[in-house]
Amino acid sequence: MRGARPCLVPLWEFDMPDPSATHLLALYATMVRIRAFEDAAEIVSQGGVQAWGQDASATPALVKGPLHLSTGQEAVAAGVCAHLRKTDLLTSTHRGHGHTLAKGADSTRMMCELFGRASGYNKGKGGSMHIADFSVGMLGANGVVAAGLPIAVGAAQALKLRGEDAIAVSFFGDGAINRGPFLEALNWAAVYGLPVLFVCEDNRISATTPSGDMTGGEGAGARAESVGVAARRVDGNDVEAVSALAETLIAGIRAGKGPRLLHALTYRHKGHISIDTGAYRDPLEVRQALAQDPIGRARKRLDVLGLEREARHAELDAKAEIDAALKAAESAPFPVAADAYEDVINTGHGVWL
Amino acid sequence: MNSPTHAGALTLTYAQAGALALAEAMQADSRIVALGEDLGRGGVFGQYRDSDGSPLQKRFGPERIVDTPISESTIVGAGVGMALAGLRPVVELRVIDFALCAIDELVNQAAKNRFMFGGQGRAAMVARMPIGIWTASAAQHSQSLESWFTHIPGLVVVCPATPADNYSLLHAALASGDPVIYMEHKELWGSRGELVPGGRAELGRGRVVRPGTDATIVTWSRQVHVASQAADELQREGISAEVIDLRTLWPWDKELVLESAARTGRVLVTHEAVQVSGFGAEVAATIAEHTRARVARLGAPRIPVGYSSPLENESRIFPGHIAASVRKMLDSIQYVKSGHNE
Repeated sequence: MRGARPCLVPLWEFDMPDPSATHLLALYATMVRIRAFEDAAEIVSQGGVQAWGQDASATPALVKGPLHLSTGQEAVAAGVCAHLRKTDLLTSTHRGHGHTLAKGADSTRMMCELFGRASGYNKGKGGSMHIADFSVGMLGANGVVAAGLPIAVGAAQALKLRGEDAIAVSFFGDGAINRGPFLEALNWAAVYGLPVLFVCEDNRISATTPSGDMTGGEGAGARAESVGVAARRVDGNDVEAVSALAETLIAGIRAGKGPRLLHALTYRHKGHISIDTGAYRDPLEVRQALAQDPIGRARKRLDVLGLEREARHAELDAKAEIDAALKAAESAPFPVAADAYEDVINTGHGVWL
Repeated sequence: MNSPTHAGALTLTYAQAGALALAEAMQADSRIVALGEDLGRGGVFGQYRDSDGSPLQKRFGPERIVDTPISESTIVGAGVGMALAGLRPVVELRVIDFALCAIDELVNQAAKNRFMFGGQGRAAMVARMPIGIWTASAAQHSQSLESWFTHIPGLVVVCPATPADNYSLLHAALASGDPVIYMEHKELWGSRGELVPGGRAELGRGRVVRPGTDATIVTWSRQVHVASQAADELQREGISAEVIDLRTLWPWDKELVLESAARTGRVLVTHEAVQVSGFGAEVAATIAEHTRARVARLGAPRIPVGYSSPLENESRIFPGHIAASVRKMLDSIQYVKSGHNE
C-alpha cells in the first residue's frame, strides 16, 4: 500500500507499485477481461434463445442458447484463481465463463465455443454451459446445479492418492447448497481429509427466486461447519478481500489441513440468462448492488494508489483481446455433421443398432 | 463341475470370479481403485473378497478399496472426478435400485463428459450395479433396469451370466476406457463355474449357449440359465431351441442374433426386466427390420416385484413360460405359413 511516501526516495520508484498494488492490478486485469467477455457474449447472444415469453429473433444470434452471465461476480473468480496453479483442478457451474478465464483459458477458444465453432474448446459440442479447458485444469462448467462438487472431491481424492502436489476447487452457487450432492461432497471431503476448496459464489438468487426464501438455517458456512469443513465468509465484491481469504485457505489446504469452504457474498448484475432482464428483482436492491460493483470498487482503489493509467491500460487490453476473440470466432469454421458421431464411445461402433 | 476340464482352469463362484478379475487388474494397473459402501469387509455379496475369503482391502489397502459413506451421488460423481484426474475407478452401487440416487452422475456426468467437453477427457470407469430379483427383497431391491442405460449414448452395458463371463467381461470393462454399466445378478453370486485365468472376452460379442434349429431364444443374465432349462424341456418334445446369451447389451451382437434368426425363423427374446420398453423390444424390432423371422417378447408384467412368494413369482419368468412361448410361436408360424404364405 502506498501511503505516506518518503520524499527523498527517487522519483522512478514511484512508478513501481508495492506488491499488494501489483497484485490488485493483476486481479483487476482478470476482472476486466471477464467483464469484457461477458458483455460481448451478452450482446451477440440477443435473440438466440426462446425463454421468458420471448421468441427467438428472426435474425438468429451469433451465440445461441441459454447464456448464464457472471457479470458482477468477477471478484470471486479472480480472487480465488489468483492462487491456483495450472496443475490444480477446478469444477464450475453453469455460470462458468469467469472461472474458466481466470484459470487460464484462452478467450478466443472460449468465444469460438460460444459461437459453436469447431475451434472452440469443446469443438462446438458444449457451448457456454459446458465451457472447459482441461489443459489448464478447468474440468468443466456444468448444466446441473451442484454436480461439480462430487466431481471435485473425486479429483481431489485422485490427487491425494497419486501423491500429487495439487488441490481441487469447486465453484457453486447459493442455490446448490439445497441439493443433496452438496452435503454428500462436503462430508466426503471431511471424511477423507481431501485437498479441496469449496467456493460458494453467493449471488443471493436461485435462477429467478431469492435464495433466502428457499434456505433454512444459516446457509453455506453453517452447513459446512456441521460436517467438519471449516468455513469463512467474505465480501465477494471486494477482490482484495477474496484474494486474501483464498490465499489463507488454499495455503492451509496445500499444507494438508483438509477441505475448506469460502463463502463469497456477491451479486448477479444480469438476469438468470442473457435475455432475462431480471425485472422481477427489487429496483432498489439492484441499484444498491450495482453501486457495489467489484470492478468499480477495485478501480477506485487503484485510482487512490495512483494506478489510474495502468488500470486504464488493463481495460483497453481487455477490450482489444475480446474484440479479437469475437472477430476470430465469427470467421471460424463450424463443425461438420460427421463430428456429431465422434467422442461418444470407443466400445462398438453402431449408433443406430 | 468339481474337476476342471481345462488345464489351469479354476472352479469359482460368480462373486469370486469378479473379485479375481478386479484383483488381477488392480495388481497390474495402479490406477484402478474401487469405491462403495461396505467394500472394506468384502462387499455385501462377497464380491470384493479373494477366493480364500480375505477382503481385497487387506491386500490393496483402504485407499484403493475405499469404504464410502452412503452417498450414491458422490460415489459416482467422485468416480467421474477420479477418472478425469487419471484413475480408473470401479464404483459399486450395491443394487441397481440405489443407482437411481446417482442417476444424474451416471447419465448427465459420466456418460456425457467425453462428448460434451469435445473429447478433452474420458470418464473411464466401471459402475457395478447388481440387478434382478433377490428372493423376498420386494420392490426396491429387485429391479432389472438395463434398458434405462442402453438408452443412454456414451454408456456400455454388460450383463454377465456365468462365473467365466464375470471374470472375462469385468476385465474387458476395466480395459475399455469407456463408462461401463456392469450388471451382475443378485441370485448368481453363489453359482459355480469353470474359468481359465487370463481368458478375455470382447465387449459386444454374444455366445451360443446351445445350438438349435427350430427357434432361437435370446436372453442374458440369470435368464440364460432359465432359458437353458426351457430348451431342455422343449428338446424332450422334439423341439430344438437355440439359446443365445447376449452378454453385452450395448453394444450387442446383432450379427449373431440376425444369423440365428434367419436360420431358425423364430426368435423369442426373454428377460427378467418388465417387458414394456425392455431391451427385448429393441432386439425384437431389429430382427423384424432385418429378417423375415417371427419375433416375440417375454418379460415381466408391468407390476412392482412383490414380497410374498405368490406375488414375487408373478414377476419371475420360469422355464415353463419360455417353453410355452416358443411352442406358441411354432404353432402360429405354422398357421401363418399355411394360411398366407402358401
